[in-house]
Amino acid sequence: MLSMLLRRLLLGLVTVVLVSIIIFTGVEILPGDACTAFLEREAQGKLLENCRRDLDLNRPALERYVDWASGAVVGDLGVSVNGQESIAELVGNRMNNSLLLAFCALLVGVPLAIFLGVITALWRDKPIDLFFSTVAIFAMTIPEFVSSTVLILVFSVWLGWLPGIVLTSANASAVEFFPEIILPVIVVAMVMTAHILRMVRTSVIDVLASDYVRMATLKGVPYWQVVFRHVLPNALLPAINVVALTIAWLLGGVVVIEVVFNYPGLGRMMIDSISDRDLPVVQAIALILATVYVSVNLTADLLTMIANPRLRTLHMRK
Amino acid sequence: MGNKSLIEIRDLSIGFSNLAKQLLPILRNIDLTIEAGETVGLVGESGSGKSTLALAMMGYLGNPLKVLTGSTSFRNQSTFDLSARELEQIRGGELALIPQNAGQALTPTQRIGRQISESLKLHSKVSEVDRPARVLELLTQVRLPDPTTLVDRYPHELSGGQQQRVAVAMALAGEPDALLLDEPTTGLDVTTQAHVLELLRDLAKETGTAMVYVSHDLGAIARVCDRVVVMYAGEIVLDGSVRQVLLKPVHPYARSLLASIPKLREASLPAALDGRPPAAGDVGKGCAFVERCKMAEDRCALERPLLQFTKAGERVRCHLFEKVEKLAASGPGSAVDRSLISHATEVLALDNIAISYTTRGLWDQILGRQPNDTPTVDDISIVIHKGETIGLVGESGSGKSTILKAIAGLIPTRNGRIIYNGNELLKASVDQRSNDQLRRIQLIFQNPDDSLNPRQTVAEILAQPLRLYFGLSNQELHDRSVEILERVRLGGHYLDRLPSQLSGGEKQRVAVARAFIAEPELVLCDEVTSALDVSVQAAVLELLNRLQREFGTTYIFVSHDLAVVRALADRVALLYQGRLCEIGPAADVYSLPSHPYTEVLLGAVLEPDPDSVPVLSADDIVELSPMPVGCAFQRRCPRRVGDICETKTPPWQQVDDEHLIRCHIPHIELRELQMGRAN
Repeated sequence: MLSMLLRRLLLGLVTVVLVSIIIFTGVEILPGDACTAFLEREAQGKLLENCRRDLDLNRPALERYVDWASGAVVGDLGVSVNGQESIAELVGNRMNNSLLLAFCALLVGVPLAIFLGVITALWRDKPIDLFFSTVAIFAMTIPEFVSSTVLILVFSVWLGWLPGIVLTSANASAVEFFPEIILPVIVVAMVMTAHILRMVRTSVIDVLASDYVRMATLKGVPYWQVVFRHVLPNALLPAINVVALTIAWLLGGVVVIEVVFNYPGLGRMMIDSISDRDLPVVQAIALILATVYVSVNLTADLLTMIANPRLRTLHMRK
Repeated sequence: MGNKSLIEIRDLSIGFSNLAKQLLPILRNIDLTIEAGETVGLVGESGSGKSTLALAMMGYLGNPLKVLTGSTSFRNQSTFDLSARELEQIRGGELALIPQNAGQALTPTQRIGRQISESLKLHSKVSEVDRPARVLELLTQVRLPDPTTLVDRYPHELSGGQQQRVAVAMALAGEPDALLLDEPTTGLDVTTQAHVLELLRDLAKETGTAMVYVSHDLGAIARVCDRVVVMYAGEIVLDGSVRQVLLKPVHPYARSLLASIPKLREASLPAALDGRPPAAGDVGKGCAFVERCKMAEDRCALERPLLQFTKAGERVRCHLFEKVEKLAASGPGSAVDRSLISHATEVLALDNIAISYTTRGLWDQILGRQPNDTPTVDDISIVIHKGETIGLVGESGSGKSTILKAIAGLIPTRNGRIIYNGNELLKASVDQRSNDQLRRIQLIFQNPDDSLNPRQTVAEILAQPLRLYFGLSNQELHDRSVEILERVRLGGHYLDRLPSQLSGGEKQRVAVARAFIAEPELVLCDEVTSALDVSVQAAVLELLNRLQREFGTTYIFVSHDLAVVRALADRVALLYQGRLCEIGPAADVYSLPSHPYTEVLLGAVLEPDPDSVPVLSADDIVELSPMPVGCAFQRRCPRRVGDICETKTPPWQQVDDEHLIRCHIPHIELRELQMGRAN
């Protein structure tokens, strides 16, 4: 078990290192460098030289990669071209904001999705299932900017209950984001809930049709005991991985929602830095998102293994 | 009689409505009474409704099914009228189920102990403190080794036989009055099956529990049951004592069914039963069996026979049962023509083949290192002659299919050579072999459901080899496809069908056609009949035999079923844990002296004969990996002689011309030992 854990950790580490190389090389082979990108037409003479000196771009690529990578390990991601601020600090704030959004969305979405997924599966093809399954499909297919706009129209413009836009600055504390964060959380949670709900529903339906559930019924186990002891422990295992993927998506993939609500999250920062041609920041965020992705998936796999006796023995034997 | 009966079924019909809102019955007018302590076998082929009937006794209907007429009652309570609460009391309590494939019927995330304990909690008065002790007692009662560690195991950590025993223990927890057994040993190895059946037999005797044993296997029924009910197309066609039904069946279907079972002691093809049972709702107003019945008269097609009593007290649903009664017992089937074998021409020689499934790690692959573990299959040398059928026999995990795959080039060999036609060295992997080499060796798989692409029509399936090997197209391709379909007794009108529109037997015929359309010299048959019903199996065996005569093909026939191999094979090789134990002409292998493993296997075979008693000489433990040194069979061998079995690989002993046994015991001594036991 322990050697398995170490191997998986090592593999995750290798992945992150490879990703960092790809990111770095990608930025290197772009025509020009961070300074020419940033300075644009003024990229000449003294200005360019100064910029390159400041950003230390005159050394060979390999040396700079080693510097960058070893800096990243201890949390030093360099400085941004634009404004010369510490990237770690900039990104750190945004990361916290993204985590806050993700945390709130998960807190609402995951229990709701599992609850509704199980309900729709147990009452398959009954009105309650048809209703929630249809709603879920809508929630999945309506583009986020549409649902955001509609929610803003209803709750901010018409009813005036909630603020429609986030005005709090990026480095504010978590509490200060309330109640501005509520609408973005609702939009994100809606999409997420719909995905998890449909997955849980399918999984519960599969398990309900299994031989062991029929056996439990024919053993005389009362219905709700069958559901709680025999169905759910097996049906919810795949949910772990889906939730993991959702977390990764919440941190980096909700750019549209962040833009609509002016929410200072990580995804929007990435887009902003791309349009500002702030390559060091882009590089840093890409690396962070890759690390998040790898670690979230690793955690999910470990959790699945702990929860699933079949996987557990498989790895113990090895 | 009513009051004492345990289970009473009156005029029960169960069916479902199709999309056109027609009612299609699965069970039709079932009348059946089961008394306390009785052991009744429910026999029939797939689709005969036997499992539906058994589950209906517990008040359980699968999803689209509903009761059309009649009722079933348990201890005078009408089962379908009971509340959910009352049903929960009966199920697992007074009436317990032992499911088919216990591996899937046990909840994978719960420990064994907890699952049995759950039954105790629901259906017994055992207090919570005493439950763990009772669980251990039950596990001991079903003869599971080391119950104390077993309770903490998960189902997937047990072998198939152990899982089945756990299911039995779980059923016994509620101290039931009746056990329903739904194909409880299907899918288990012969030796394991024999052990589980002996256990069930003993339990029935000890506890006086009534048993309803659902199976397609008359051999298993013969061993466990006193009474047999034969079902066909949702009806009871015959109901009598096990001796009457198996030795002198008075229904034509039961006769044909018995005749289609290959017998261990007969080197002949069983008689096939042509056609297939009518689909649900497809039965005319006459007898359901009329289209396949060799004795049918005019009125059989017009008038549905009633279930009537014979003089001997059996119930039979046939207009002509008195005629059937007078028929002599059916003789042996048709003998296989062995004249085609040409001993001079060698088709395939396996020279010291070893195969390993160990996947090499990244490092080993980079460094080109071979793993040095014990290979899964080792030391296989067999020479196969033109026109012969060689049977490869062994339990699951014996490596028999692995060897076939290696011959076909689907998995690499670690050692040894495969020589074709005496001089051609076959490359280990398919993509290194020439098109013509590929054409000459064809493979037929076990399950046609998996081996036929469900989205291709029969025409497309057959066209592939024709294009690939002969470059045919259009009319010529079509003609050849029709020709081969006629050869496998299907005909050209099957060309446009999809696999899902075919029955199991028809699908396997298409698979056979696909192999033979390539005009192969060697056909590898991998358990080709084990997914089929017995009557269909007999037809496929007959087909394979006929094609062999027509084309002069050579077969390697892999099977776990010694009786099937006996019907078809000229020579038989026995495998244990990937090592050959015995090889020789079929007649020699099936008679004494035998390798101890062959002896164990032959002893465990169940024949559809109430007087045959299986001999259980070895434990049904499951070995996970082959022994690195000594005899492969050392751990289970009932005739172990001593340390030599563990330290030295036994030598090949020549018993006869071609009959070889790999054992430390001299074959003369072995024969005496085995003769002595036979007396």
